[in-house]
Parts: sequence; structure tokens; C-alpha cells
Amino acid sequence: MSKLAPLAIVVALLGAWELAARWDLIADALSIEPFLIPAPSDIATALWEDRELLADDAWVTLQEVVLGFGVAVIAGVLFAVPLHLSTALRQAFYPILVASQTIPIIVVAPILVVWFGFGIGPKLAIIALICFFPITVNTLDGLRSVEPDLVKMMRTLDASRWQLFRRVEAPTALPYFFSGAKIAVAVAVIGAVFGEWSGSDSGLGHLMLQASAQLLTARLFAAVVILSAFAIGLFWLLGALERRVAWWGPRGG
Amino acid sequence: MPEAPVAEPQPLSASDHAAPGGGTAVAVRALRHTYGELSVIESLDLAAAPHEVVGIIGPSGCGKTTLLELIAGLQRATAGEIVVAGEHAPRSRLASCAYMPQRDLLLPWLPAIDNAALALRNRGRRRAAARRAAAPLFERFGLAGFELARPGELSGGMRQRVAFLRTLLAGKPVLLLDEPFGGLDAITRAEMQEWLAGALDAEPRTVVLVTHDVEEALYLCDRVAVLSARPARVVAELTSPDPRATPRTEAVTAAEFSARRERAMRALIEGMR
Repeated sequence: MSKLAPLAIVVALLGAWELAARWDLIADALSIEPFLIPAPSDIATALWEDRELLADDAWVTLQEVVLGFGVAVIAGVLFAVPLHLSTALRQAFYPILVASQTIPIIVVAPILVVWFGFGIGPKLAIIALICFFPITVNTLDGLRSVEPDLVKMMRTLDASRWQLFRRVEAPTALPYFFSGAKIAVAVAVIGAVFGEWSGSDSGLGHLMLQASAQLLTARLFAAVVILSAFAIGLFWLLGALERRVAWWGPRGG
Repeated sequence: MPEAPVAEPQPLSASDHAAPGGGTAVAVRALRHTYGELSVIESLDLAAAPHEVVGIIGPSGCGKTTLLELIAGLQRATAGEIVVAGEHAPRSRLASCAYMPQRDLLLPWLPAIDNAALALRNRGRRRAAARRAAAPLFERFGLAGFELARPGELSGGMRQRVAFLRTLLAGKPVLLLDEPFGGLDAITRAEMQEWLAGALDAEPRTVVLVTHDVEEALYLCDRVAVLSARPARVVAELTSPDPRATPRTEAVTAAEFSARRERAMRALIEGMR
């Protein structure tokens, strides 16, 4: 029942949208042409009829999302671990990491395109820039959440600094890492679209720009549906992985 | 909860320490410790002979845990002298002490036997070898069949047994037990006290046992030091002629036991003033 509730809400919303679009209620309210308001059924039709076009661009975007997220995971962990191990490094770099999140990506993205061209490079940079932060912060919190008593006990059990990290701190931090990674993967898709809007010749973001210019609103929505599906699918995959490898965490099986 | 079997005395090859005899395993002299302005321990003296079980009771917040951490070398004392197995330096004392905190602190991602064998792993033994060394203790101390159980699947008493085996397998001559059964219900606690009595009979060690349970201290310990309220000092010492020898129910209902308990209680109340 609880699993059906979100589904029921989505079906109800889609139904209302379908009827409102069919009867031109939305178009009348906004005083625009009815063809600009596609009904869910029109979007489904666009998904099917434009499937080859969409698939090519979706594949490009999916690669960007997965690779960019991968870079973010590596960067996130590579920041978190030294910052945990050294108080001096944490005091020096943590404020800079926080400051990096205040940079408006919309402003930076075109610059990255100027520097790195229209290829996949600037997209990965943008996605990684957005995504590493929740991973770093959560992993760092996890590493620091180890109880002092546990550290004392490990010391009397002759643990070296590395053994304390490997046997206690890293496993404690793993569920925290997954929390950060799940937040990151959901915004990774947004990062990819940003990157493509700033300059690209393929990808769903590029397709959306073109569809928008041509007033192909059904195709535009079809791209949004695919992007949402990516985010949901990747989020779900990470959740499944978390239940397998970090089962002692709050969402463990 | 399975019954704790009566263990046959069998030396642990990994940790067969010097038999009781001359010398002191733990000596604390004129110990003083302050946290900033707050004086926690004031001129405290305490000694434990090899394989002696020394109990420490005192009002809560009187610095019992601090005392254990000072002995173990986990903290540096403000003043005074601490000697463990002939060593003065905190780092060397740490090498001779195994500390068991009140909460079991088992690692939830490791099966029970790997938790127990943690010290062996830290000393570089491979997992299979560490498990082989720990397995006989699971047999002997009432945990047979639970080697691969996750800590979350064990009862409170069993978790505490695994935590004690982890302390034992550290192979240190001195065990520092900080209210080891404080988190257990009364019945499990009584069971665990008998279990610990049997375990110490099979694996004699020098033990400093902190507790707020007078009965537990008098039943388990050769000697009990009663601490005053903060700043802590020893206000009374009680010796039990032959602790751990009789079953717990018998022991704690004996007339001499009641007399000692009353003396301990009176000393505690005196020390609070």
C-alpha cells in the first residue's frame, strides 16, 4: 500500500494534466497556443516516435552523468580522508571547499566551455564541481563520528593509525558516504544539462535547447522524462548497492 | 542465553603470563589529576598484585573511568606515579593494559569471532589464523555456535562476553574493566558475574574492575577500594578471603558477605561527605 501511494499520486496528477491539456484549460489560462501545452499522452507519443533521436542524445548525457559522478566520488573521498586525518589540513581547506559551493555554476560553465571546448571535459568538470561537495561533507562527518571510547579501546588493542582507519573509521563512514553519494547523483543530472546548455553538439540538454527553439514542447518534456528516469534509476542503484555493502548503516537490510 | 560452561583451566598460548608471585602488576602512588580547575583525583594510592582482582567502587562521577584511563596510559596524570608491569611511561603501560569499556562497542560489520580477535588482527595475524586462535575461547566461554553471528543478533549478555574475550585475546597482563555489566538487567548481570568468575579462574589476570555495584565488587574481587566523591581518594579497602569460589547466590547471602557489604556501604556514605 505504502509503495502504491506515490504511484497513485503520479497517476492522479497525470490524469488531471491530461484532461486539462485536452480541454485547453492551461493554454486558456496562460493565453497561449494550445499546441504549446502537450498532454502526457502527447509526451508519450513523442517518446516513442523520437526514440532514436532521444536514445542517441540520452546515451551521451548518461555517459557524462556516470563519468562526472565517478570523478566526484573519487574527488570527494580524496578530499575527505586527508581532511579527516589532519586537523591542519581541515582548518586550511574546509572553508575553501565550502566557498567553492558559492560559485554560481551558471557563470562558470561557459568559461569552462571556452577553456575545454565542446567535448565531454567541461561537462565532467561541472558535474564533479556540483557533486563532490555532498560526498566530501558526508564522508568527513562519518569519519569524525567514531566514538572516542572506540578509539581508546582500539588503542589498547594495539591498533596503528592505519588500522584504526581501516577497521573502524572507514566502515563507520561508509553509510554516510552513501548518503552524500545519493544526494550527489540526483543533482549530477542537473549538472549535465547545465554543461550541455553552456555549449555542446549533443546530449539531452542540447536536444532540449533545439526543441525549445522549434517549439517542440512534447519532445522537450520527453527529454525531461528521460532525465528524471536517469536520476531515479541511479539513485535506486546506489540505494541497492548501499544495502549490500553498508548494511550496518541506518538503511541496512 | 546458553549456560556458561565451567571452564577447564587451560593456559592460553598467546597470552600465558607470569604466575602470581612477588612484585606488583599495578601500582598507583600519590596520584593527582585535574581537568583545568576541577580536581578529579587527589592523592590516590592503589596496588594490585599479579593475578589479583581489585575492585573500585565509588559514587558516580567520582573519576573511576578517569583512573582507568590514567592507568592504561590513555591520559597523562597531572601528578603522581603509575607503574604497570614495571613500566612508567604511558606508551609502555598501554602495551600492558587491555581496556574494556562499559558499552560492548562491538563493530557491527564484523562477526562475533572477528570482533573478539581484533587485537590479533591488529598485530598482523591473518583472519584465518586469528579465528583459529579465538575459536577455542568461544567453545570454553559459552559462545560455541555464535562465532559467525553478527553483534546485532546477540543478546546483551553474549555481546558482553564477546567484548570480554576481545579484551582477553589482547593478550595483555592487566585487564581494566569499566563497569563491564553496567548496561545489563539484574538477572543477566548476576549470570555474567558468575561467568566472569569462571573465566578469571580459567584465565587468571591482573584485573582492575570499576563498578558501582557493591555486591558485584565484593563477589568478584580479592580486594575492593572504596573511593570518595570528587576529588577521589581511597577511603576504605576491604579484602575478601576467597572470592569467586562459591556460587554467587550462596556467596552473597553468607553472613560475612553481608557484613562486608555493610562496611562498604558505610564507607561509600562516609566518602560522599
